[in-house]
Formats: sequence, structure tokens, C-alpha cells
Amino acid sequence: MPTFVKFTIDGVVCMSEEGRQLVEAAVENGVFIPTLCNYPGIPPKGSCRICTVMINGRPVTACTTKVAEGMEIQNNIPELEEFRRAVVEILFAEGNHLCPSCEKSGFCELQALAYRYRMTVPEFPYMFPNRDVESWHPKIMKDHNRCILCKRCIRGIHNSEGKPIFDFGKRGDKLVINIDSETSKNISDELAQKAMDMCPVGAILKKEKGFDVPIGKRRYDLAPIGTEIEK
Amino acid sequence: MTKKIVATASLAGCFGCHMSFLDIDERLFDLIEIVEFDKSPIDDIKTFTRQCDIGLIEGGCCNDENVHNLIEFRKHCNVLVSLGECAIMGGLPSLRNWIPLKECLDEAYLNGPTVADCNEKKIIPCDPDIPKILDKVYPCHEVVKIDYFLPGCPPRADLIWNALYALATGNKLDMPYEVFKFD
Repeated sequence: MPTFVKFTIDGVVCMSEEGRQLVEAAVENGVFIPTLCNYPGIPPKGSCRICTVMINGRPVTACTTKVAEGMEIQNNIPELEEFRRAVVEILFAEGNHLCPSCEKSGFCELQALAYRYRMTVPEFPYMFPNRDVESWHPKIMKDHNRCILCKRCIRGIHNSEGKPIFDFGKRGDKLVINIDSETSKNISDELAQKAMDMCPVGAILKKEKGFDVPIGKRRYDLAPIGTEIEK
Repeated sequence: MTKKIVATASLAGCFGCHMSFLDIDERLFDLIEIVEFDKSPIDDIKTFTRQCDIGLIEGGCCNDENVHNLIEFRKHCNVLVSLGECAIMGGLPSLRNWIPLKECLDEAYLNGPTVADCNEKKIIPCDPDIPKILDKVYPCHEVVKIDYFLPGCPPRADLIWNALYALATGNKLDMPYEVFKFD
């Protein structure tokens, strides 16, 4: 029998299983906490910081925190919304995010969060970094211009033998996601699709696919990200 | 009510934003009741004839003429609006921003597959009459102060209409989620 715990989010009493990831517990209770590096079913990382909430007055990432009895969580407060908006703005300024020419536009979680926060332009100057597009892999493409280094692909994509396909190299602002050319050669179409779907932006693309859903029918065309969760 | 004066320009853009502007369809009739156009490709007035209330800028700055035009717009418009992704972040032209300018020009005029054989004298055009290309494409707000931004590629006609209507009448801008898009 699982033990249930009581906690509050923005003053509303919530209940969940003890030890549940806070992001998931929030979803169960109809509360949306934005995430970018977190993905259901893979180990949390806490690298993008967008899920930061205040727990008992301290900022904590909700993806790496487990719920406990009596937690007082602040989520939907102006300071945090401002902070999250800034995270989105920094990511837009840091890479080369040309939404009009991106295959993932309309399905991109970064873009969807920018829509949610009504970001018209980042407050930070665009950096226009010089980044590669790896187009030589037979099944997938890796566009480093769009990569936000969330490492979902490293944690979530393994081939049939359990070998990882993605890994990272270098550190700091030189950090880059690498693809193992040998392992990626023989991946199935399903795995390529899974990698594309798991990528929150358009950095991993399944080859010979794109723009197959018309404008107006894409995931985030009509309703902001998170509204499917919020009561 | 006196009509607001509107000026528009396309800098390093494709005129798509202006086309989307025309997509407001029959609301054009409502629009001309509340605004009048000055310098704009829409009425083909080439130079400012007076101080304007609203300036709409399509496209970023890729050459010195764009910069000159943008500064003129800032001087002559009380409110300046960046219209579309190119004005906001450089857009498609900014794809050259991470490639050194010389490499771009060499590819375009000397080495590209369509020019390599026909440009025998290996000339890269450099005439005083041709605007000088900048080292990279600049978003408008990195050159002058921009008051408002309307995203989209192109911005949806409804968004342009709502924004112009709000600016011309002083009403609050209605910005529904469906028309707020980056593509």
C-alpha cells in the first residue's frame, strides 16, 4: 500500500504518493509546472532550471524533488514566472532558433513556452553562434543550432542492445551533444521517431520527414502548453 | 477624430509581412477610416512628408541603406513597431551571421556553382551606388529603439489588424493565442 502525503501548491491542498517526483505529482493535481529537460519515464536531470519552484521559501527544481508531507510549494507567482520567461529568452538568444524554417515548429516545447509567456523578443542580445548540422547519419539529423543541451536524448534513447546513441562532449559553453555514428547507423525508424519526439526542440530530426501537419493543426497552435494539465 | 499617420518599410525582408498586412481584406476599408499612409510601399510615397504616428518595419538590417532607412523611420515615427521575425531576430537573412562576410561574398560571386564559370574577372560588386553590406544582419532593436514587436513569419493578418487598430484608437491590444506565432 503506497503512503499518501499532503502538500500545498500555491495554497491549494494537493495529495500524491510519497516519494513521487514533484512535477508528476503536480500534474496529478492539475497543476502545470513547465519543464524542458525533464521527460516522463527517464531519469530527471535538473539542468534547464525552468521547473524551479519555491519550497518552504527556497528555490528548488521540481523535477529532481520528491514530494513530502507538509511541503509548501509556490509555483504560479510573478517572481517565478519572470524567472522562467528569462530562461526561455536566454535559450532563444543563445542558439540559432529560426522558427519559420524549423520542422518542429508548432510541436516545439521551447517555442510553446515562449508563446505561453508571450515572449515577443528576448531581452538578451542574439549570439548567432556558429554551429554544425550533422546530416550524414542515415536515419537522423542533428541540428546543433537548435540544441538546448537538455540531454533528454542521452538519458532516453538507447538502441535494442541498450547502448546509448547520444553522448556529450566538452564542457561549459562548448558543451555539445555527440551522436555515435556506428550505433546510429542501424537504428530502427521507430527509434528515430522516438528520438525526434523526445527532443523538446528541432535539434533531432528523423530524416525524410517534416512539415507533415498543416499550420493550425499542430500541437501548440490553438492552446498553450500546459492547458491540458491545468484544471 | 484625426486620422493617425502610418508609414511602413521593408528592409531586409521578403515583403511577406506587407502581403500579410493586405490580408486584412475588407478591413482595409475600416482601416482607411482611422489611418492615413505616408512613406510606404503601399501608396508608393518615397520620402517622409510629415511626422508620423506609427511606423511598421519589416525586415532586419543587412546593409547601410537599411540602417539609414531605419534611423529615418525612428526620427519620423512616434511609435515604431518591428513587424515579423526578420525585424525581430534577423530571420532568414541572418543565416549568414555565423559565416565570415568574405566567405559569403566569395561563395555568392566567385565560387558558387552558378557563378564560378561566368564571373571570369572574379569581380565582387563594389559600386558607390550599391548599398554596402554589413558584417552581419542586425535585428532592428539592436540598431534603434523599437517600441513594439509583432512576431510571425508573417505575422497573422488578424494580429496586424488588432495592433494597428489598438495603436490608432488607443484601445488595449487584443492578442489571442491563435494569432501569436513565430512562423
